[in-house]
Amino acid sequence: MTIVKHELRQGKTAFLIWTAAISFLLMICIFLFPEMRGDMDAMGELFASMGSFTAAFGMDRLNIGTLIGFYAVECGNILGLGGAFFASLAGASILSKEEREKTAEFLLTHPVSRARVVTEKLAALLIQITVMDLMILAFSLLSMRLIGEDIPWKEVMLLHGAYFLLQLESAGACFGISAFLRRSGIGIGIGLSAMMYFLNLIANMTDHGKFLKYITPFGYCEGADIIAEGRLNAGYIAVGILFACVGIAAAYWRYSKKDIH
Amino acid sequence: MDAIRTDSLTKYYGKRRGIEHIDLTVRQGDFFGFIGPNGAGKSTTIRTLLGLIRPSGGKAQILGLDTIKEREKILARVGYLPSEVSFYPGMRVKDILKLSADLRRRDCGKTSRLLCERLRLDTTRKAEELSFGNRKKTAIVCALQHEPELLILDEPTSGLDPLMQREFFEILRERNQEGTTIFLSSHILSEIQHNCTNAAMIKDGTIIAKGSIAELSRTGAKRVSICGFVDFGSLAGVKDPHSTPGSVDFLYNGNMNALLQTLSKGDIQDITVTEPELEEVFLHYYERGGGGI
Repeated sequence: MTIVKHELRQGKTAFLIWTAAISFLLMICIFLFPEMRGDMDAMGELFASMGSFTAAFGMDRLNIGTLIGFYAVECGNILGLGGAFFASLAGASILSKEEREKTAEFLLTHPVSRARVVTEKLAALLIQITVMDLMILAFSLLSMRLIGEDIPWKEVMLLHGAYFLLQLESAGACFGISAFLRRSGIGIGIGLSAMMYFLNLIANMTDHGKFLKYITPFGYCEGADIIAEGRLNAGYIAVGILFACVGIAAAYWRYSKKDIH
Repeated sequence: MDAIRTDSLTKYYGKRRGIEHIDLTVRQGDFFGFIGPNGAGKSTTIRTLLGLIRPSGGKAQILGLDTIKEREKILARVGYLPSEVSFYPGMRVKDILKLSADLRRRDCGKTSRLLCERLRLDTTRKAEELSFGNRKKTAIVCALQHEPELLILDEPTSGLDPLMQREFFEILRERNQEGTTIFLSSHILSEIQHNCTNAAMIKDGTIIAKGSIAELSRTGAKRVSICGFVDFGSLAGVKDPHSTPGSVDFLYNGNMNALLQTLSKGDIQDITVTEPELEEVFLHYYERGGGGI
């Protein structure tokens, strides 16, 4: 547990900044909802006339005049992108930073196996993501209460569950990449998350691109699908879990035999 | 049982040579010097011994344990001081020392405090505020606080002022007298000569000489220093002469009778004949790649 505690301490500032930023933006959005609801009819017509753009964000199938419709579109983007960025950044740097900052020599000349280093760093990553999601969920629910709305529990929990899985998948895949890197994984983490986000927009805009939903974790986070079907897409999630497992397995395989310079 | 034993240990970085066929034996309780210039393969040898890099060939044992299969058991009994020291930003010295002890699952508080006092290390400073010398001191305490059976030190004195160097070697001598084996890698020959009993020289990734410090210094040549005036003429065996008005200093490996006859014709106030410094032997090895002076 020594490395877990050490990692949590080292990542504390980044964790607090990302959690506060995402929670703050989500709360702002929720607080704006009562004011915007009155204008939603006109806005709905405007969005409906924007063609592919409307489809890209799932607004052709969501009623943004309801709290859950508004939450799925506006807050979904904040939580989806923000959470994916944090998970990818943390995942892509947690192993590689030791070599980049030249602390690997300190850590790996202590009597700890490489497998233990990988396991404890992975545990720290999962703890950070879980605590962050719980805190964001708590702030969201609190904000919905504060604006006097009934909380659509099932849909909110499904949406947050999907974004939690998205973050686990992103973190798992980037964790694998991190084991291969000697330099910063920040560019790779952000780039990969942004690419996955845009792949989902493309998949939403065209029927030919629907297969992309199996590749991008944003595929199973589509608010319009989750609210319409009342469940998550098990097929997309199974592929996502597979990606995460491959990433984690690659991290163990690579890091256990990697030369540390 | 040997503290360190390598058998044809080899490491290539792709096609680039790191070390080649290193055969090294360090007895338990020895104070062993590992000499070589930058880039000779000292750090590669050490990193391979510690399991940071995997050898391309050969094998190594530390304290009778295989360096690949039993890495954690070895590291529990070894203290390592790297040549370049980096710590986690934001951590104070006392947190770094605590982290090191926790990773070893040991309570090293008492020894750590004694070492910090002797090295005059302020444990409240943050890692990023530390000078190179203080980073080195922190790493020294990390390497010594768990009282290891074997100490592997890579260029340990860089960054330490002369007083701290003296204190550091005093600590090492005490530990060595208590039974700790010390493997000291350095390019500073006086450090090796004044502290070690045995040594190995490495050049271009291969060991070119090894033995006791006395054996390595014994070359058959003598360092001759003369105050006065002598005409050496065509005397064979005079090497590396340094003349100043009224004195001359040179290495001599020729016929002693011929030297004495030449000196007897000169005007000499004083003469000293000594064994050459290890540094001279070392420079000879690097200039010629081995062989006698």
